[in-house]
This record gives sequence, C-alpha cells and structure tokens, in this order.
Amino acid sequence: MRSLKISIQQQDFSIDDECAAMRAGHKDIGALATFTGLVRELDDMGTASSARQSVSSLYLEHYPGMTEKNLQEIAEEADQRWPLLDVVIIHRIGELKVSEQIVFVGVSSMHREAAFAACAFIMDYLKTKAAFWKKSNSGEGKENDGHWVEAKKSDTKATEKWAETKQKR
Amino acid sequence: MVTVHYFASIREKLGLSSEQVELPTQVDTVDALAALLIEQHGSAWESVLKKSSVLVAVNQSVASFTSSVTNEDEIAFFPPVTGG
Repeated sequence: MRSLKISIQQQDFSIDDECAAMRAGHKDIGALATFTGLVRELDDMGTASSARQSVSSLYLEHYPGMTEKNLQEIAEEADQRWPLLDVVIIHRIGELKVSEQIVFVGVSSMHREAAFAACAFIMDYLKTKAAFWKKSNSGEGKENDGHWVEAKKSDTKATEKWAETKQKR
Repeated sequence: MVTVHYFASIREKLGLSSEQVELPTQVDTVDALAALLIEQHGSAWESVLKKSSVLVAVNQSVASFTSSVTNEDEIAFFPPVTGG
C-alpha cells in the first residue's frame, strides 16, 4: 500500500474531491473503487417482531484512538490480501440526517479485481471490527427518542466469509 | 488508577462515560475489575457488565474478561459495534 488516509470527522466529505486527490499525480492507477454509505430513511432492526420504522437521523459515536487503530489494521489486512496502491477511509460521527453521507472507502489499484475486492472487504470489516456505534432517531425529531442499533448477524457472516477465503498473495 | 470508559448504550444506561478506579492488588483481570465495579456501583453495573454481549478493550485493543489489567491501563466496555 503506497498511502493510507484515515479520517474520522463530523464534517461532510466530497466523493469527487476524494477521488480527484487519489488520482492526482498517479499514472499507475488502473482501477479506483469507491463505496459511500448513506443514512437510509427506513430502519431494519433485524428482528422479525419489530416493524420497520422511519428514521430522521443517526447519531454516530466512536472510541477516539481505538477506532483509528481498528481502521488502520483493517486496511493493512486488505493490503496483505491484494496489491493495493492508495486507500482512503472516511467515517463521519455525530448527528447525521437522512440522505447524508456516513462513510467513504476508496481503493486504488492497477486492476479492478483488487480494487473491488479490497473495497468490499474494508467495508465488511469496518462494520464488525471498528469501534463505531449508531443510534437511530425516529421520525418525530425529538431528542433522545432513539434506540441503539443492534449488530446484525448478516454483517458478522460477511466478515466470516472473508476469513474463510483468506489467501496470501 | 485505571481509566474505565463506557460507550454507546452502556454509557447511556450507566449515565457515565468514564471514571478512574484504584485497583487493589488482588484485582488483576478484567473479570475482577468488573466485579469491583459492580460492588462499588450496584445493580446498573451488574446488568450491563454481566450481559453476554458486552465487549471489552484493554489499552485500545480488543480483550476478554480473562485478560490481565494493572493500574495505568485503559479499559473500555462497549456493546457490539454498528458503524458504517
């Protein structure tokens, strides 16, 4: 991995600016894969008994110090699996309204296979291994009417799938 | 002194984000620290720290309840992560 940028921030980010910065001055990049996560209006709680609820905003909390370390380790693990050039991971914290951007992962490589796979891998691992917690506030917009989002089994399964397929390059 | 951090739903349930605790010599594991905190604070801590889903970090690395702790360490208790 040639470079790694990790940023945990309250302010929004620009996908265009991040991509432009990743491309600037690098003639060896053949593939740039990015993922952007957004605040979705419909909650899915993962339990069959709870009805889907309308979400007005999310509150994102992290563990300063540990979260950055988690993200660094995830990027390094991706780098061991695929030939990567540059990696950018941005995660927002604080109050985020519906349709706002939460997370950005950008991975550049010489070829698409590594860029696609590493981007998906980093997101799957971020979901289950990075110290972030999400509180969901429902439609009324009242303070503290929210609930802490439960960890999803499907996210754990996605991470386990990568562990099974681990092969050193 | 150890610094103990609480995050997310645990922080809210306890109404506390962090505290400093002096470890008696016999308290040398996360498990023993949890027992000490329950003894000092009571039932709210018991309901949170005895939950099977609670996770722990020692000095910002994922640890377990059998991990050792010493004064100066930074301990954190938190629920499963839900970022992204």
